[in-house]
Amino acid sequence: MGEAADQFFVNLLHRLVDHAPAGVAPILSSLLSVVAILAVFASLFAVTTILERKGLGRIQNRYGPNRVGPFGFLQPVADGIKSLTKEDIVPHSADRVVHYLAPLVLVFAAFSLYAVLPIGRNMVLADLDAGVLFFFAVSSVMGLTIFMAGWSSRNKYSLLGAMRAIAQMISYEVPLILVSVTVIMAAGSLSTVSIVEKQAGYIGVLPRWYVFTPWGFAGFVLFMIAATAESNRSPFDLPEGESEIVAGYYTEYSGFKFALFFLGEYLGLFAISGLGITLFLGGWAAPLSFLTWIPSYLWFFAKLLAMIALFIWVRGTLPRLRMDQLMNFAWKFMLPMALIDLVTAGVWHFLPQGALRWFVCGALVVVPYVLLSRWLMQGWKLEKRVYRFAE
Amino acid sequence: MPKDLSERIILLFTIFAILTVTGAVAAMSLRNLVHSVLALTVAFSGLAAVYLLLGAQFVGLAQILVYVGAVAILVVFAILLTRDSGTVPLISGGSWRLLRGSGIVVFAVFGVLAWAICHSSVGRHTVHLSHDTSIYEIGNVMMQRFALPLEIVGALLTVALIGAVTIAMQEKEGRR
Amino acid sequence: MTPLTSCLLLSALLFSIGLAGALVRRNAILVLIGIELMLNAANLNFIAFWRYGSHAEALTGVMFVIFSIGVAAAEAAVGLALIISLYRHTRTTDVDKLNSMRG
Repeated sequence: MGEAADQFFVNLLHRLVDHAPAGVAPILSSLLSVVAILAVFASLFAVTTILERKGLGRIQNRYGPNRVGPFGFLQPVADGIKSLTKEDIVPHSADRVVHYLAPLVLVFAAFSLYAVLPIGRNMVLADLDAGVLFFFAVSSVMGLTIFMAGWSSRNKYSLLGAMRAIAQMISYEVPLILVSVTVIMAAGSLSTVSIVEKQAGYIGVLPRWYVFTPWGFAGFVLFMIAATAESNRSPFDLPEGESEIVAGYYTEYSGFKFALFFLGEYLGLFAISGLGITLFLGGWAAPLSFLTWIPSYLWFFAKLLAMIALFIWVRGTLPRLRMDQLMNFAWKFMLPMALIDLVTAGVWHFLPQGALRWFVCGALVVVPYVLLSRWLMQGWKLEKRVYRFAE
Repeated sequence: MPKDLSERIILLFTIFAILTVTGAVAAMSLRNLVHSVLALTVAFSGLAAVYLLLGAQFVGLAQILVYVGAVAILVVFAILLTRDSGTVPLISGGSWRLLRGSGIVVFAVFGVLAWAICHSSVGRHTVHLSHDTSIYEIGNVMMQRFALPLEIVGALLTVALIGAVTIAMQEKEGRR
Repeated sequence: MTPLTSCLLLSALLFSIGLAGALVRRNAILVLIGIELMLNAANLNFIAFWRYGSHAEALTGVMFVIFSIGVAAAEAAVGLALIISLYRHTRTTDVDKLNSMRG
């Protein structure tokens, strides 16, 4: 029964395609998969917006949207109708063609990221030999679309936001890729499917995910920080810091194009969370050996929702960074730690299994971390915060 | 037409080739510099698609990552940092002699190249690959036979990074 | 026309476009773009000869292109840094006006 439920969608696709004539079968197959991915992740976007607004509301001690539908859960529908019916304003001096193209290219690039993510067992659109490389290549295109949006608006806030976004994305792309290289090194493959397969199997009841190794854990933490910065989320949301530059690169977008930007941003977030799950959290594998009867795609989405919850939690907790803090953090902390992590993964690979390996690699991660953060925090005068209340 | 290229691949190749050439022509002829960089990314992406079509997956994706993701953004930053290069004329005034001279050079180069390509015997006997190359093989070759060049490229990139930062920062330090 | 020939012709066309741009356009950044296009044309040649040559399993063409992409990235970075530095000196990026060795 577990097997049938697990492969339900794969079999469904095969059955649908079987009836088609031989010439169009492969095209029909990929078309159906693409439509499924579009539908699932677009609706996940809708669910996430309401969850985020409600979650943030709770963190900030208020209710959040609760008027439309039961507990306010139909709010995304209302938002969608609103953004569709709003007037689409293009600034008078804007570069019309580029202004029009930017959100479209962004959403297109964001959707093509999902081509290499294994959502479940045998559920991947394209098992590319260089899957991880494809992911990074396409996500680097998204930086250019943000520039297109900011530049074509002819607005200083848009341009400032775009410059900030690009500087930030390029700076954090370096540690992000370096940390992914540790996993690629350990798995010996760039294909996302075989990276997931390499993490299959259990020791006792615990899975053999890369996050449960010293280098993998450090890598996962670095990956999550870099992913937050890549998807321009708080505390790294300077590109759209509303208290400084209105709304950053999409200040001049309204109506449906604004909604497309919103969609593209969240799709990027889901995709990079999905990559994190694939690289460190065993992809669609069950977290405990006796839970494997639950279909693999459910595990993938459970992990994805957990990551999204983490992102919402971080957004509700941490204040925004300053630009110099952001850059210093990327180049002085993230980059050296990613390089150390790379070395640690190599050492882990060549040491024999046992307690020694854990001790050496743990020390290799922890000691540089402590020393580096001590050194970076040298000039800081940290005092106990004093609260003053109104008399 | 050779047998190893099916009609679909020829069609795709034609589309990507037209895309690449159009992008390149636009990049070299548009007045607005940012537009020409955007056209350049189209040309680079078309070329990456041609690489993918030819079975060089790694190179195609590296092309997108490096050229579209890094070089194009670098150029865009340079354009925004140099104020006078917002919109530039196609040909600066009075340099028709230059235009004529370069036209002759360009057409001569292209003519010679095209003539040589069409008349050489290289194109006639083509060996087609029995297998597609995997990333695994590329990695093996890179770490064994090409280990030294790889190290040198790494050193070169480091030097270039430090050099570029020093050159671009120098002035600011001096003025302060 | 064989596939190798069409690849080589595309490459020659790309090279000529890049050359024309580098010769005719007077903005330093555009000259750099033209040079990048010419480099890319050379890369396409390597890939084409690797794909349709006789020793495909040696991967020499692919490796050459990978290194060439790396070198091109370094070249673009240094070139643009030089252009920015020149602009700070002379307030122009027009290569015709940059005719003095003393900044």
